[in-house]
Amino acid sequence: MDKDKLLRAYSQLKTIREFEERLNVEIATGEIAGFTHLYAGQEAVAVGVCESLDDKDYIVSTHRGHGHCIAKGGDVIDMMKEIYGSTEGLCKGKGGSMHIADFDRGILGANGIVGGGPPLAVGAAIAIKQRGDKNVAVSFSGDGSSNQGTVFEAMNLAVVLQVPSVFVFENNGYGEHTGADYAVGGDLLKRTEGFGMPVFTADGADFFSVYDATQKAIEHANAGNGPSAIYAECPRYFGHYVGDPQNYRSKEELKDIRENQDCLKIFRAKVIADQSLSEAELNSADEEVMKLIDDAVTAARAAPRPVAADVLEDVYINY
Amino acid sequence: MPIKTYRDALNEALHQEFERDERVFILGEDVSGGQAGSAGVVDAAGGIFGVTKDLVNKFGVDRVIDTPISESAIIGAANGAALAGMRPIAELMFADFIGVSMDQIFNQLAKFRYMFGGKTTCPVVVRLPTGAGMNMAAQHSQTMYQMMTSVPGLKVVMPSNAYDAKGLLISAIRDDDPVLFFEHKGLYNDKCEVPDEPYTVPIGEADMPREGDDVTVVAFSRSVKFAIKVIDKLAEEGITCDLVDPRSSSPLDEETILESVEATGRLVVVDESPPRCGLTADIAAMVASKGFASLKAPIEQVSAPHTPVPFARELERAYVPGPAHIEAAIRKTLA
Repeated sequence: MDKDKLLRAYSQLKTIREFEERLNVEIATGEIAGFTHLYAGQEAVAVGVCESLDDKDYIVSTHRGHGHCIAKGGDVIDMMKEIYGSTEGLCKGKGGSMHIADFDRGILGANGIVGGGPPLAVGAAIAIKQRGDKNVAVSFSGDGSSNQGTVFEAMNLAVVLQVPSVFVFENNGYGEHTGADYAVGGDLLKRTEGFGMPVFTADGADFFSVYDATQKAIEHANAGNGPSAIYAECPRYFGHYVGDPQNYRSKEELKDIRENQDCLKIFRAKVIADQSLSEAELNSADEEVMKLIDDAVTAARAAPRPVAADVLEDVYINY
Repeated sequence: MPIKTYRDALNEALHQEFERDERVFILGEDVSGGQAGSAGVVDAAGGIFGVTKDLVNKFGVDRVIDTPISESAIIGAANGAALAGMRPIAELMFADFIGVSMDQIFNQLAKFRYMFGGKTTCPVVVRLPTGAGMNMAAQHSQTMYQMMTSVPGLKVVMPSNAYDAKGLLISAIRDDDPVLFFEHKGLYNDKCEVPDEPYTVPIGEADMPREGDDVTVVAFSRSVKFAIKVIDKLAEEGITCDLVDPRSSSPLDEETILESVEATGRLVVVDESPPRCGLTADIAAMVASKGFASLKAPIEQVSAPHTPVPFARELERAYVPGPAHIEAAIRKTLA
């Protein structure tokens, strides 16, 4: 991977991390309405996948979707404006944190329904196949989503129709507040294999591992071999939502994943060790990211607010 | 003008729209029917009611997609394909199967345009064989459209005759918003004049198949057919009725209904759905709010009872509001 691409990947990881860390702070001020689910800890999965995609590839994201949308090229400032509920947000303040979409970037929406996304990605993959394009449609699902019947239906349909779908399963250890060890019967990995598609396993804290797995999934699709899955275990740094006291997790676990499963630390150690990037270059990228996040929050706070009449816009008829 | 069945009119609309726009495709259970069967016949079914007959022979398996029995995946895939620029038609074998795919209909399809701030539309048509009359009992006979009417973001269409079936389906396919298209199973064999060429019937404009002075009858789907029978009979006695067929429950052509009630002062609303929070209650409430001053008598609602649809012939006949119920209601408003 060339230097520019490495730096870009690192910046994306860092942008997602700081976006989420900052939201965790800003939500406490009361300026942001609603429920917010943070992606911090899982950045290597979103960036590892999306760095292999372009605007003509599609993704369908989840309720924990900020990371996927940033990784796929969603504008950070417009995303922040959406989370603040401004009319200048990506969805004009009508979607919020759980429903960020940017169709020009191939982001077919974050989805507030667990298991809602995979069938949509199969549909996008049907569109790709019918147009004869060499692209993929990626759905992100968690360990929680993996238990939804809609996800099974989607995997089966993708295999039956041999469409270029990539089912990414990020197992962050918890579905809402309940451990995956409890809620996922059997073996998630074998479930995908059971549908007759290959599954590429990756280390969800390691960008390079996820990137390699994604390359394989794309090669598989481009060769006309239909869908595949990517399975990655990764840490979830925050609770299910901002404000979740996380009484179900030990302090030791939370400390351990920050220390030993930090995709930023792992990335830095690798690129410094093999001398592909210098510490100074990485630090300079950090500074740019911090400024971008500051700018995003400042812009979102100052952005115009919707008015009551906007409620009745963007629907074919209102009564 | 050629006479065609409701089924053939729908089939013709599909063929013509597939021809016109290569982004149009259909997916559903047995829409061709016969994939991997031992007879090797690809177009074995052409849809459970034959509405998609011969499409696969002309347009191929990539555009006429037999799916597994997976209603969530069927609607979800249609939704995703629409977001990605296609014009999908999803067929559910029976409208009742909305239950299995509800999330993809009301949380996904209905929401995208609004929830994403108007940055996209989701032009999906869901075709839904609907209604009682074939003794298919509680899980294969419901109307379902009354539930869907309450969901903002969905257009809800229910043609009552072959001419409207073709024109409304073409409108639905060309519409940028999601359209739930309810085809009454009891109408598939009904015939009327249907032009060969493609044409559209606008969604949201009522039809008035009968005009009169004494009572306004509003009816949906197969109830329109029953209402015509009664109204023609009463005309021989000198009782004349306006018959309003809204053709869609959302958007609803309130204006035509209110104008008619203003002239007649009496209203009977007929639908095959159960009574609570249904179309008859909705229209009665609308007229009571907006047309109260015109009313000379209480509004009469003719609906199915608040029970699941029963199986036995006698029971199903008693369940479906038919001509006798409609006639009694009209006479009551005049009493």
